[in-house]
Amino acid sequence: MTTDLDHGQAWTFGDDIDTDQITPSRFIVSSDPEELAEHAFEDLRPAFAAEVSEGDYVVAGHNFGSGSSREHAPLSLIGAGVSGIVAQSFARIFFRNALNLGLPVMICPAADQIDDGDDVSIDLGDGLVHNHTTDETYDAEPLPEFLQSLVDEGGLKAYTKTKLGTE
Amino acid sequence: MTGKTIAEKILSEKADTDVRAGEYVEADIDVAMAHDITGPLAFETFDDVTGDDAELFAPERTVFTIDHHAPADGVKAANNHNAVREFAAEHGAHQFDVGDGICHAVLVEEGFVHPGDLVVGADSHSTTYGGIGAFGTGVGSTDLGTALATGDLWFRIPETKRFEVHGDLPDGVYAKDLILKFIGDVGFDGCTYQAAEYGGGAIESLPIHERLVLSNMAIEMGGKTGFVEPDERTASYLEHQAGIECDLDGPTSPDDDAVYESIHTYQATDLAPQVSKPANPENAVDVGAVEGTPIDQLFVGTCTNGRYEDIKLVADVVEGEELAPNVRMVVVPASGSVYRRMLETGVFETLVDAGAIIQNAGCGPCAGYHQGVLGDGDVCLATANRNFPGREGSMDSSVYLASPATVGVSALYGEITDPRRGDPQRYDDVVLTEEVPT
Repeated sequence: MTTDLDHGQAWTFGDDIDTDQITPSRFIVSSDPEELAEHAFEDLRPAFAAEVSEGDYVVAGHNFGSGSSREHAPLSLIGAGVSGIVAQSFARIFFRNALNLGLPVMICPAADQIDDGDDVSIDLGDGLVHNHTTDETYDAEPLPEFLQSLVDEGGLKAYTKTKLGTE
Repeated sequence: MTGKTIAEKILSEKADTDVRAGEYVEADIDVAMAHDITGPLAFETFDDVTGDDAELFAPERTVFTIDHHAPADGVKAANNHNAVREFAAEHGAHQFDVGDGICHAVLVEEGFVHPGDLVVGADSHSTTYGGIGAFGTGVGSTDLGTALATGDLWFRIPETKRFEVHGDLPDGVYAKDLILKFIGDVGFDGCTYQAAEYGGGAIESLPIHERLVLSNMAIEMGGKTGFVEPDERTASYLEHQAGIECDLDGPTSPDDDAVYESIHTYQATDLAPQVSKPANPENAVDVGAVEGTPIDQLFVGTCTNGRYEDIKLVADVVEGEELAPNVRMVVVPASGSVYRRMLETGVFETLVDAGAIIQNAGCGPCAGYHQGVLGDGDVCLATANRNFPGREGSMDSSVYLASPATVGVSALYGEITDPRRGDPQRYDDVVLTEEVPT
């Protein structure tokens, strides 16, 4: 299990970013991650889709991913090449969906200390967020044991295939 | 060992083990649901994890709806509809088509959900089923796709917040006002990873369609589910509306010594009609604080307040009147049966005579897809559940949330108006009996 992810640029957002702001609902007739990625944060931050680089991070305040259950929101960020999301807290269904899809998510109370454009990386195993721009390290909540084992098995699909014997 | 909340009881039973808040289990699903947006992705997951000769865990308790882009607003949406039809037919699941209505309305009306069931839906408002005492919760398509194959899912047993309202609701105050008040008090994420339990005399006296409003919007405070303890009224409703008999002896009553994360107590007589200001449901204020706000559009519908009783209430308010000249009113019944009942009882004609636009049953403009999208600067007063930025269209539009009574009276004045300024209306024909006219 690789737990220490590569550096990337932080794209910072505030509190209560809902799924419609992550992926505007008019585009969710598609479920293709690449196509959805073209519209990620389109209304909220129009430059995101064009300027995000593979390996960048989304950094947010409280209640990231509130609203809909649609996986189009985490899928659009996967399509955009985002390495992971660091937030002060997540909405429940978004948090679950991201894990199920293999998109790393970390609850980090100090996420608001990260500035837009900072060079960051995350250590999933130890529950740490590194800010290489300021040379600071912040504590994050490690995943509960049950969820860590699910992630270790490769996400919900892989876990289910093992259970069903359909690998 | 202390007692259990409803959430702990239902999940203990479905996991066949004695569990408390904070523990993780794999629990058996009773009912699974997806719609035209979330279904196609769930089908991909199902096909991926099952391989050949795949069968649904329980076709008779699997339901698919076509409600979000219904009728299709483009080729991609139409293709999603076809994917739902094909998958349902291939696997023998129940499938509701364009015009049949919103998943959450249809599943309750058609008797797919019983008190004490564990229901997962690929839609966040699957909390609605708590209005009849089921553990309803929203999941994503990957969760739903695997659940279709295995019949179970992992769950963290939630802590529970209890909301108690005592006394009789005053004129002009409805379940919608209660839930907006709760959300305003605990915040948009105040119930995240938790269940909500609603109780007390004012809630026990609510008709079932009102209880569904409370559970529907539990997700608007982050809730995993939201329960009203089922009772004889629930049983009567399900018998008359859905044609099913239900067992009230299941795991649907909290123990007296259940442990709650917190208990929030209200006196009904202290409460006023509420309006949630843009752009978050937690921005709830007494209606007086926003009275006079000019409106461009009124939207009556959605899985929150698009039931017959809601629409009839609006019709009663505007009967014989004309809508204010500056407004347009979009009415979208939550289900085909609501639509038919509107025709049969004259509600349809009353609304048209007042100047309303009535659409086919479905989600309508709730999420800004079609059929009433807002333009730059537009202000909408809606019976919906969400008023996020750009929720019903332009990022420069605004949505205020309120009860059907507030929306109905406001339509006559063309601005946000206290419903008590009109002739106070109640759901008189359904409060006492729950009987559904044929």
